[in-house]
Amino acid sequence: MSRKPFTPKVLTANLLREGAVVYLAADGTWVEELARAEVLTDEADAQVRLIEADRPSVVVGTYLAEVEITPGGPRPTHFREDFRATGPTNYDHGKAYGQRPGSEQ
Amino acid sequence: MYHYDQFDRDFLAERNAQFRAQVERRLDGSLTEDEFKPLRLMNGVYLQLHAYMLRVAIPYGTLSAPQMRVLAELGDRWDKGYGHFTTRQNIQYNWPRLVDIPDMLDRLGDVGLHAIQTSGNTIRNVTADHFAGAAKDEIADPRPVAELLRQWSTDHPEFQFLPRKFKIAVTGSPNDRAVTRAHDIGLLMTERDGAPGFEVIIGGGLGRTPMIGKTVREFLPVADLLPYCEAIVSVYNRLGRRDNKFKARLKITVHENGIEAIRDAVEARFAEVRPLFDGSAMNALSGIEAQFAPPAFVANTPAPIEGAVLRSFVDTNVTAHRRDDHAIVTVSLKAHGATPGDATGDQMRLLADLAEAHAYGELRISHEQNVILPHVRRDRLPELHAALKAAGLGTANIGLASDIIACPGMDYCALATARSIPVAQQIAMRIDALKIEHEVGHLKIKISGCINACGHHHVGHIGILGLDRAGVENYQITLGGDHTERAAIGERAGPGFAYDQVVPAIERLILAYLDIREGAGETFIDAFRRLGPEPFKAALYPQEKQDAA
Repeated sequence: MSRKPFTPKVLTANLLREGAVVYLAADGTWVEELARAEVLTDEADAQVRLIEADRPSVVVGTYLAEVEITPGGPRPTHFREDFRATGPTNYDHGKAYGQRPGSEQ
Repeated sequence: MYHYDQFDRDFLAERNAQFRAQVERRLDGSLTEDEFKPLRLMNGVYLQLHAYMLRVAIPYGTLSAPQMRVLAELGDRWDKGYGHFTTRQNIQYNWPRLVDIPDMLDRLGDVGLHAIQTSGNTIRNVTADHFAGAAKDEIADPRPVAELLRQWSTDHPEFQFLPRKFKIAVTGSPNDRAVTRAHDIGLLMTERDGAPGFEVIIGGGLGRTPMIGKTVREFLPVADLLPYCEAIVSVYNRLGRRDNKFKARLKITVHENGIEAIRDAVEARFAEVRPLFDGSAMNALSGIEAQFAPPAFVANTPAPIEGAVLRSFVDTNVTAHRRDDHAIVTVSLKAHGATPGDATGDQMRLLADLAEAHAYGELRISHEQNVILPHVRRDRLPELHAALKAAGLGTANIGLASDIIACPGMDYCALATARSIPVAQQIAMRIDALKIEHEVGHLKIKISGCINACGHHHVGHIGILGLDRAGVENYQITLGGDHTERAAIGERAGPGFAYDQVVPAIERLILAYLDIREGAGETFIDAFRRLGPEPFKAALYPQEKQDAA
């Protein structure tokens, strides 16, 4: 049986102190913007990054989330990750604050 | 209302200090997340999609005005200016930082509120009829018993690691507004020889495997309540499955063993534990009952109800009180297009002020995610309505199609499989645009964003369940559910609907009901019971009907 090919991923978690959604950037820092996340295209590399990034005093619940690579940067392929990246859709209270049409800064 | 004594205050202060230390140890790395998680859950702290969430218990849904002001303060100081009232008479804060939660708990403790056992495999917040103490149809106020159960279950040494969570609801009225038949234990007050007692219902629950509870005791004297509940939970603790999370609730234990075997086990355990209860609980109950004495009602001459807007509000949002010169006012947190159950800090403070000005300072939170002023003088109704309306809280839709229960869904919840809030918002706006909801009349629409059914979709006249179908939000519709004393689980209508198709589907359903009902007196659920699901399915799936023709 053929193995499913590895698809691009980003490493994500929540900050321990604040709870905010964060992504691992290429320089090893945790950033809040998905656009700044490092896109992992090699499975072995992704697994190593996952192990290395599991710093329990900084973040909670690290995992690899699937993305597609677009000219504007990585985009989630699943709606759950889309909401995590942008915030709830009933208020402009999350990261989408000021970014959605009609939003007020 | 119950007021904490020194024992309660000391207990809560010590518990908060313990949790503060646990948070500190988590932050400095002394505790791993695996070690910390059960501790935070027992104190109501979840990690959700975007942030931590703090769930605060509102025991049996009762609040004082000062308590409501502190709930508003928490929203303003540590959240984003609001809170979300839930289907278990709790309030959830969606955005606190872990580092701030100990301070939030201390502030709650100042007014006798806490988050203990609002999560975890323990006995959760005891819920009650939201009209308790005010309802005209009530045998007796169930809240003293609910408070006794709260005290008994809080930090109960035997019941901190049950197979799964455990929910108790109690009502003092034959008209069940507390959904008692969908709880692990439902207590339905009844009378025998002039003395109040309870019909004890067990094994109800919604979620993945919805079940209507079964009667384990037709009549239980109030004096036996604690030992009998102790026996039920003890039997569940012993027989409840721990090998499969999805089969761990009491409803499965009852289903797999049979109600007769469970009854025998409960009665046997009851015989063992009954002698251990020496009467001190009943002494405590009489002390608690004294604290729930009704307010000093002021006789008044009801004000005339003038103007269409006020008349509509009174017709829809006002319920008969035990006294003719008072009224129960339900304040809708479901303005068309609003997030069901959300209240801003300003709205909460206003409600506290209005409760003090017109309703003896008492408030209630319903499992239907609204706020109740249980004792409003009828001479104050016009003034109260004017104040509510000015603050955007005057929506006259209680019990109507836009008074929708909705769980937080995937906008917030880590367990959700689809969104529920925007679906509720869009249905409410569509119904408002059609201007039909007063014509449609009594209709319960309930929406859950996953199979766990926090939005009670199984017992909605129209239930909507949001699922993830191959990476796309999809909504199943159930019909014919009922949350009252005639409790029933709704039946699935057919294939699910895409996110952008669910509102038109609900619209078709409602319009079809208007066409086929026998008259304005026949409610949606009555029409469903008379006609069965077929005409409603035909409205939901018109293409299939066409294909079959």
